[in-house]
Amino acid sequence: MLTVLSLGLPCFSCRQEMLVPVRSPFLVLATATALVLAGCSSAGDGAAEAGPPQSGGTLKFALAVDPTCLDPQQFGLNASLNVGRQIVDSLTDQDPKTGEIKPWLAESWTVDDAATSFTFTLRDGATFSDGTPVDAAAVKTNFDAIVKLGAKAQLAGTYLAGYRSATVVDPKTVRVDFAAPSAQFLQATSTMSLGLLSASTAAKTAEQRCQGDLVGSGPFVLKKYTPNQGVTLARRTGYAWPSSLAEHKGEAYLDGIEYKIVPESGVRTGTLQSGQIDGATDIPPQDEARFDGNGFQLLVRGNPGIPFNLAANTSKPILADEQVRLAVQKALNRTEIVQTALSDKYRSATSALAKSTPGWNDQSAALKFDQDGAKKLLDADGWAPGPGGIRQKAGRKLSVDVIYNLAFPPSQTILELAQQQLKAVGIELRLRQLTTGELTAAQATGDFDFLWFNVTRADPDILRTIFSTKYANRSQLKPGPLDTALDQQVATLDDAKRTQSVAEAQKLIVTDHAYQIPIVELSQVIGLSEKVRGLRFEASSRLSFYDTWLGK
Amino acid sequence: MTLLYLGRRLAQAVFVLWAAFTLGYGVLYLLPSDPVEIMLAGGTSGESSATPEQVAALKAEFGLDQPLPVQYAKALWSAAHGDFGHSVQTGASVSDSILEALPETLKLTGLAFVFSLAFGLLVAFGGTYPRWPAVRQAVLAIPPLAVSLPTFWVGLMLVQVVSFQWRLLPAIGNEGFESLVLPSLTLAIPIGALIGQVLARSILTALEEPYVETARAKGAGRARIHLRHVLRNASIPAMTVAAAWAGQLLAGSVVVETVYSRSGIGRLVVDAVGTQDIPLVQGLVVLSAVAFVSVNLLVDLLYPLVDPRVTTSRAGVAA
Repeated sequence: MLTVLSLGLPCFSCRQEMLVPVRSPFLVLATATALVLAGCSSAGDGAAEAGPPQSGGTLKFALAVDPTCLDPQQFGLNASLNVGRQIVDSLTDQDPKTGEIKPWLAESWTVDDAATSFTFTLRDGATFSDGTPVDAAAVKTNFDAIVKLGAKAQLAGTYLAGYRSATVVDPKTVRVDFAAPSAQFLQATSTMSLGLLSASTAAKTAEQRCQGDLVGSGPFVLKKYTPNQGVTLARRTGYAWPSSLAEHKGEAYLDGIEYKIVPESGVRTGTLQSGQIDGATDIPPQDEARFDGNGFQLLVRGNPGIPFNLAANTSKPILADEQVRLAVQKALNRTEIVQTALSDKYRSATSALAKSTPGWNDQSAALKFDQDGAKKLLDADGWAPGPGGIRQKAGRKLSVDVIYNLAFPPSQTILELAQQQLKAVGIELRLRQLTTGELTAAQATGDFDFLWFNVTRADPDILRTIFSTKYANRSQLKPGPLDTALDQQVATLDDAKRTQSVAEAQKLIVTDHAYQIPIVELSQVIGLSEKVRGLRFEASSRLSFYDTWLGK
Repeated sequence: MTLLYLGRRLAQAVFVLWAAFTLGYGVLYLLPSDPVEIMLAGGTSGESSATPEQVAALKAEFGLDQPLPVQYAKALWSAAHGDFGHSVQTGASVSDSILEALPETLKLTGLAFVFSLAFGLLVAFGGTYPRWPAVRQAVLAIPPLAVSLPTFWVGLMLVQVVSFQWRLLPAIGNEGFESLVLPSLTLAIPIGALIGQVLARSILTALEEPYVETARAKGAGRARIHLRHVLRNASIPAMTVAAAWAGQLLAGSVVVETVYSRSGIGRLVVDAVGTQDIPLVQGLVVLSAVAFVSVNLLVDLLYPLVDPRVTTSRAGVAA
């Protein structure tokens, strides 16, 4: 029974279309952006034939999991953020194509050379839906409240790590100071996790906010949240302060959005196909073809951040051996994995970062399928062929485990394929599927060889969160050049310098030491009725419904 | 029925509730993982960036930093007063979460119970009344078949055909009576089949009893014998089965509510167990125990009404 239930669980993610290297024109303003990212199309690109956008109608949209907590400042679940984006605005917005940071509630900003002090100038006229103004004091109240939420505000708390204070310079100007360089903060201000809520919301308890006691300044307001059933949003009347990246001005086109929680993937696709809903997240690879045409459309984008990977626990005797890790890196046939377990909507990993992440640097030479190379490395390292085709050395079998859950259902097939591919070079991979609870426990105690995971973030600083020896350091790395590279990239908003440090970090992680075995990038695969127009992904591959309208 | 009997039954019920609470507590405590860590992971496999101090503060907030006996005693004391605390995952009050979800599940199980009784009676009657043995055999073959169909499969098939192909009824949601029909049917099939099978068997047994001969000798028609004399005598075992399966309705709601995307107790159970949300699981364990105890008590009290030979106590006879 439990296997059946887990079929429809969370969040797919990542992939994009074209990648063309260009120079970002805003060296100081943009985060490390040496790429044009993700030429991801928005829904209904052939809008010409559909005529001009029309106002009106309620969009019914299925989510695969319950948001659990609606407060975007507290919860990092995709389902929460896909709702949260519509009810809060952010200081800035990030261009999904270039990774550049663009104005939203903040018209302009300056950053000091040390990347420790950020001054934002706010636009005029924006208000929260309770009528209070979005001013410098509101920004300060929000950031102070997030810090006070502590561990309950997971993502937002990370983004504000090292936060010293926010100072109201004048009603339109706010300065945010950090105790240490925090280049990632600029990109973080574009996320819904640092989206702004009214002072009355900041005064509420974390629980009240989770249950939907939220007042934002976004294009939609929250009407109703019934756990495990759905969320209802209504258009905010008088809304006139969209992101500079939005395609129209003024109020949202849709009267409202009805999110329905539909955990079972077969039911989600069936309700979409039978017209009971207009769109659904997490279309499984095997169902994609049903929605490619025939009155439907697929909206696809790769998630930025860390691709799905086998993260090595280097404190374990076998994986402490760098040659073994490098052999695993070569022994995997990523193309076969994507073709067999997923679809052409997904992409093999090419580095420690996914392609749509600003600062991505191609390490695919080290990730080429090279069975002979892997065998040679193991031979030279003294791992001799043993019984059952599994190599051994000094009486120890070349056998490692991987812990994972089925948050992304195709993980099972992917890991089974990886298991076969590793077996072919004499490495045994033991699959340990765990519940979420067991998984967190195993991570905390270090009871694993490989950990299977991914993280979504449209800033290369995510590498520091995962690989710096100063944080959780699940890979049990020792301080060294990687720390230096990671610390350098967070200390500058100079595009060229940051890109260089981030590239160095990716080379160290993947090519030189194989601390991480990247396998496949997550993709968000959204199925939509063809009448849905103008739905777009923001830079972190979450959905923005502001420009969305319903055609005939 | 005597007050003494009721008093004894109530004492038993309290014991069962306590045992369920304690057992649930023990099992959850023995699990290796930590509810606060799970909450911080936000349901993903992503990195928790919380500092150890922040985690400790959260544990203190939920009282998870205290020794087990203290935690248990506190939880039991509050539970006895109807307070199960707050969900670790959402922060909402456990009683509120349950009270919000309960009406939805009661509607579902209520209609499912009606459907299963109807299905059971139809099967029992169709399997014993017709004069043609072939028909009776065919009808009696339905229960084993229906019981062996997995609930999630039946649910998905009904959704596919009735909702996706014929587009007659909605596949998802809690709105209106239409959304209740398919899930209730799905839930009713295995339970109705069991009731039908037990009822049919006891009808067949009862038909051999001498009083049937007597009734027939007195000139009662087939239908009258079947419905008036035999059905009443044969319904006691079926009632016992129905009571035991009332619990199954609750368990079945876990699958059915997931397949039909309904909110309710079943979905709450899935979430609570998956995230090891101890306060919420405890609230749900006690709720299920209450349901079992009260349904069984109700059925025990109904027996004498159906069959005067059954008494509720050794001392007293139901008047």
